[in-house]
Amino acid sequence: MKEILDQLEDRRADARLGGGQSRVDAQHARGKLTARERIELLLDEDSFEEFDMFVAHRCTDFGMEKQRPYGDGVVTGWGTINGRMVYVFSQDFTVFGGSLSETHAEKICKIMDMAVQNGAPVIGINDSGGARIQEGVASLAGYAEVFQRNIMASGVVPQISLIMGPCAGGAVYSPAMTDFIFMVKDTSYMFVTGPDVVKTVTNEVVTAEELGGASTHTQKSSVADGAFENDVEALAEVRRLVDFLPLNNRDKAPVRPFFDEPGRIEPSLDTLIPANANTPYDMKELIEKVADEGDFYEIQENFAKNIITGFIRLEGRTVGVVANQPMVLAGCLDNDSSRKAARFVRFCDAFEIPILTFVDVPGFLPGTGQEHGGVIKHGAKLLFAYGEATVPKVTVITRKAYGGAYDVMASKHLRGDFNYAWPTAEIAVMGAKGATEIIHRADLADPEKIARHTEDYEKRFANPFVAAERGFIDEVIQPRSTRRRVSRAFASLRNKKLSNPWKKHDNIPL
Amino acid sequence: MFNKILIANRGEIACRVIKTARKMGIATVAVYSEADRNALHVEMADEAVHIGPAPASQSYIVIDKVMEAVRASGAQAVHPGYGFLAENAKFAEALAAEGVAFVGPPKGAIEAMGDKITSKKIAQEAGVSTVPGYMGIIADADEAVKIANEIGYPVMIKASAGGGGKGMRIAWNDAEAREGFQSSKNEAASSFGDDRIFVEKFITQPRHIEIQVLCDTHGNGIYLGERECSIQRRNQKVVEEAPSPFLDEETRRAMGEQAVALAQAVGYTNAGTVEFIVDGDKNFYFLEMNTRLQVEHPITELITGIDLVEQMIRVANGEELSMTQDDVKLTGWAIENRLYAEDPYRSFLPSIGRLTRYRPPQEIAAGPLADSGKWQGDAPKGTEAVRNDTGVYEGGEISMYYDPMIAKLCTWAPTRAEAIEAMRVALDSFEVEGIGHNLPFLSAVMDNPVFVAGEMTTAFIEEQYPDGFEGVDLPEPDLRRIAAAAAAMHRVAEIRRARVSGRMDNHERKVGRDWVVSLQGQRFEAEVNADHDGATVKFADGAVQRVVSDWTPGDKLAVLDVDGRQLVLKVGKISGGFRLRSRGADLEVHVRTPRQAELAALMPEKIAADTSKQLICPMPGLIVKIDVEPGDEVEEGQALCTIEAMKMENILRAERKGVVSVINASPGDSLAVDEIIMEFE
Repeated sequence: MKEILDQLEDRRADARLGGGQSRVDAQHARGKLTARERIELLLDEDSFEEFDMFVAHRCTDFGMEKQRPYGDGVVTGWGTINGRMVYVFSQDFTVFGGSLSETHAEKICKIMDMAVQNGAPVIGINDSGGARIQEGVASLAGYAEVFQRNIMASGVVPQISLIMGPCAGGAVYSPAMTDFIFMVKDTSYMFVTGPDVVKTVTNEVVTAEELGGASTHTQKSSVADGAFENDVEALAEVRRLVDFLPLNNRDKAPVRPFFDEPGRIEPSLDTLIPANANTPYDMKELIEKVADEGDFYEIQENFAKNIITGFIRLEGRTVGVVANQPMVLAGCLDNDSSRKAARFVRFCDAFEIPILTFVDVPGFLPGTGQEHGGVIKHGAKLLFAYGEATVPKVTVITRKAYGGAYDVMASKHLRGDFNYAWPTAEIAVMGAKGATEIIHRADLADPEKIARHTEDYEKRFANPFVAAERGFIDEVIQPRSTRRRVSRAFASLRNKKLSNPWKKHDNIPL
Repeated sequence: MFNKILIANRGEIACRVIKTARKMGIATVAVYSEADRNALHVEMADEAVHIGPAPASQSYIVIDKVMEAVRASGAQAVHPGYGFLAENAKFAEALAAEGVAFVGPPKGAIEAMGDKITSKKIAQEAGVSTVPGYMGIIADADEAVKIANEIGYPVMIKASAGGGGKGMRIAWNDAEAREGFQSSKNEAASSFGDDRIFVEKFITQPRHIEIQVLCDTHGNGIYLGERECSIQRRNQKVVEEAPSPFLDEETRRAMGEQAVALAQAVGYTNAGTVEFIVDGDKNFYFLEMNTRLQVEHPITELITGIDLVEQMIRVANGEELSMTQDDVKLTGWAIENRLYAEDPYRSFLPSIGRLTRYRPPQEIAAGPLADSGKWQGDAPKGTEAVRNDTGVYEGGEISMYYDPMIAKLCTWAPTRAEAIEAMRVALDSFEVEGIGHNLPFLSAVMDNPVFVAGEMTTAFIEEQYPDGFEGVDLPEPDLRRIAAAAAAMHRVAEIRRARVSGRMDNHERKVGRDWVVSLQGQRFEAEVNADHDGATVKFADGAVQRVVSDWTPGDKLAVLDVDGRQLVLKVGKISGGFRLRSRGADLEVHVRTPRQAELAALMPEKIAADTSKQLICPMPGLIVKIDVEPGDEVEEGQALCTIEAMKMENILRAERKGVVSVINASPGDSLAVDEIIMEFE
C-alpha cells in the first residue's frame, strides 16, 4: 500500500519539476521565476490547490508522442489572496516554451468555467511562446475556447492578466479581453506580429521591446495598465489590487479594517488651488489626502496623464477615483483620456464599485489631431459610461468645469448622486475671456470694454453659485472637509438601488 | 508701553515677534508682499498692510512703503527683525523723524558698526581684542620677519589685492616668513599687477563664537553668554549652540566684558551681538558687531530664561534693565538646527514649491525659559525642551523670493549630550514633504563624532563633507533596531490585510512569524512574536529586541520603543515593504517571508536604464521659455523649458542629470506632441 502512496508523491515530484532543472535554471537566468514559483508568490502560503497536474497532450505528430510531460506547460488551480478565493493559471515556459496545446487550453478553460460558476476572479500568468505549432488547428481552437470564456466571464468575475514573458500572435487576445493587464519591465512583451514579420512586411526595423515592451504598452498603446520592476514586485502588487476588488459582480467590494478617521480635516487643501487660475496643481495630492491612509492604487499611471484613474478606500471600502490632472494638458479631456477613464468607469460599474470624480476640466482639447482622431466618439464613451453607471457617484468640482466637459464629468445631469463644489469652482460654458469675446462681439475693438465685460462675467459666472442656485450643485463645501463630506456621501449611498431599462446590451460608441 | 507695534519683516521672525508682543498686550501689525498674501505672519498679526510686489527690493526693504504702513496703522514702534531693514540707519532715522520708536540701536551705533574698518578701530580703542596685524605696506623681507615676530607666529602673509588664495602664505617661523614674503610678492605682482603685501595673525582652528549683549538707555549693559556658531556653509550658519563647548568661565567673562565695553563705546542700546573668532588656544579676536536680533537668539533665551524680544521692546520704550550681570545665569544646554528649503543631495540647491506636508515635532516647554514664564505658546511641560520657530504651514508655498530658511528647531536639556539626543529625536519626528530640505543633513551632523565631541571649527562642513552630502549609511546596531521595528510593523500591516471581508471561512490566511528584512544591503532574519503590548523580535544570531509601538498601517510617523530606547521613523510605502527615514538615512526596507526572500534573491539587479536622451514635447503647445543652453549641465528636476498649452504654463524638467547637446526649439515655436525639444549628450 505504502508503495502506491509513494508512487503518487514520485509522480507529483515529476510534475513539479516542469521542463527539468536545466530549463528552470535558464528561466532564472533570464530574471524570471517559474510558473509554480509565481503561484507561490501570488497566493497565500500553502493555499494553492492544483487541478490537472497529470494532464498530458495528445499530439502524435512530429514525434511529440515521445515527450508527454505532466501538466502540459500550464499550472492551474485555485487558492486564496488574503483568504479570498481566486482561480489562477500560470504558463510554464520550461515546458515546450509554455506553448498552448489543445490540452493546455482545456486546463485553462476548466478553471475559467469554475471561476464563473463559483464567483471568483481569474488571474492568468502569461509566459508562452505561442501556439503549439505541432498541433496546428487544434491549438488555434484552444485559443478560441479561451477567448470565448474571457468574453463570457467579462463583467461576471474580475479577470487580471500578468504578462511575464512573451505573449505574441493570437495569444494576446486573451489578456486583451481581461480587465487589467500588468507587465514586467524588460522581461515581457506583447504584440500581434513580431519584429521579424514587421520587417518583412513593412521594412520597419524594431526591437521586441520597442514594439511591445512594458514601456510601449503603458505609455503609448495603453494596452497595459501598469508595469513592475520584476516578477516579485508584480505579483505583490497584483495581490494588492485584488484586495480592492469584489470577487464577482454580485458581491460587494471588500471592506477591511482601517485606521484613518473618516472625518479627518485637511486644512492644507484650502490652499491647494493656486491664486492664479492658470497655474497647475497636483490633483494626486487631493486624492491621497482624501483616501484612507493615503493609499492609492493607480491604473494606467503613465498613459493619458491628463486624467487620473485608480482605487482608494473610504472607511475601508473600495472607491474608484477619476480625476482631471491640471498638471498635464491643463487637465483637458481628449481622445486618450476619455477612453482611459471610460473603460475604468465601466469596470467600476460592472463590479459595483462606487465612483468618486474630482473635476478640474477646461474643456476638450481642440485641434485637427483630436477631431480627426474621433474625439466626438471617444468623448462620447466617457459620457456614456458615466451616464449608464448605476453605482453610487459622488463628484467634487475643485476649479474649472467648462462646457461639454462639465456635463461629461459625472455631472448631476448624468444621475450624479452628490455633486459638490469647492468655493473656487467655476461652472460655466467657457472661460470668462472667451465667453465675453463671443457675447460682446460688437465691442471687440475696444479692449477697455472687453476687460470690463470680462470682469462682469467673472463676477457673475466664475463661481459655483450659479449652478448651486439651480440645484446642479448640491452643496458648496470647504476644501478642508472634503474627506468627511465625501465619506458621508458614500455612506448614505450604501443601499442605493438603481437599474437601467431592460436591454440585451447597450451600444456604447466603441 | 506701546499700544501697537509694526513688524517690518516676514517669515518665522515676524511670527516670533508677534508672539511676544501679543503676550505683552501690544497689538501687532504685519506687512506683506504679494507673495506673502497667505503667509503665517499675516494670519497671526492683528492687522496686515500690503506693501508691494513679491521681490523684497520692491516691498520689504523699501523704506517709504514701510513708513506708509507705519502711518496707516498708527503703530508706535517698529521691530525690524533681522535682515531687510534691520541694520539700515536711514530707516532708523526715518522712524525717529516721525516719532516712532525703532526697536533696535540708535542710528549712530548702526553706522559705526556697519563699517568693518571703523568698527575695528573703535574696538581697538575700547580695549577689545582684534586680529593682530600690520595694516601698512611692508617694504622687504626683513621688515616682514620683524613684524611677524611682533604679531607672533603663525602669521598670514597676504597680498593687498589678493583673493582666492593667491598671493597668500602661512608662516610658522622666520625662514618661512622670509620665503613667504618673496613668493607672495612675486605671485601678487604676476597675478594682480599689485605687489603690496601685509601681514596678520593666522588663526588656527578658528571657531565662530558670539556674545549676546543687552544695553538700555540708562547706561546699563549686560552680556547673556555666548553662542557657538562654527558650523556654517558658505558663511550661512546651520547649527548653533549655547553655551559653547569650548569656552571656560574665564574666557567667557573676558569676551563678555569686552563685548559690553564695545557696545558702550558706541552708545549702543538694545540687543546686539558681538562676533568673535576664537583660535585653538582660546585667543579671541573681534570680528564684527551685528546691531540687531540674531537669527539664533532662541538658544540664548533657552539657557537664560530671558525673552530677548520682550527686552528689546522694553528698552525701546525707555525702560531700565530689570536685571544685572549677576542675575544672568546660564543653565543647561541649547542647540539650534536651521531647517532650509534646499536639497542636500543636489549641492544644497534651493528648493521651492508647495509644502504638501509640514508637521514639526511637538513643542515641549522646559528649562529656564519655561521656568521664567517666558515660553511662547502653550506647549506641554517636560524635562527637555523642544522649540520650533517657524513661518510656514502645511499647504503653504515656499517661494523663490526670500531666504530659504523655513524653521529653527531648538532643543534644550540639562546637558549637551541630552540636548543633542533630544535634537536627534526631534529631527526624526519632523515631517516635511513637497520640497527638498536639509533634515537628513542636520541629522547627519547631530551624529557626527567631531560635532558630538564639540571639536568643530568653521571648516567643519568642508572637512567633514568634502564631496557634498550623499546621505547617511547607518551602523549595524541602528539597522538592526530598524529591522526589528520594520518586521513588527510589517506583521501588523499583513494581519490587517488578512482581515479583509469576503474571506473563506475556516481557510483564512495565517500570517507567519518568520520574516527576512533587507535594508541598506544587509539582511536580517527575524522571528516576530507579538503580544498585547508589542512584539519580541528574535534574530537568527539569537539577539532579541523588544518593540513597543502604537503604530497602525498608514501612519506616516512611527514612534517606537525598541529595547527601551526611542526610535522615530518616517514611514512611506514601497512594494513589499517600507521606505523608512531616520537619522539622516533614507532606507528602502523589504520585509519578506523566507520563501519570498529566496525568490526575490533570484531577481536581477537592474541598472537604471538610460531611456531618454531627449526631451519630448508632451503636449501641443507654445514654447514660452527655454531655461538652458547647449553645453549646460542639468540636474534631475531642473526646469528645462516652459510650454504654454490650454493657456496654462507647464514647466518641463530634466528627468535625470545630463548635459544639453542640442536645442531644437526656441521661444514662440508651436510644437506638436512628441516633437523633440532638446537632446542630451
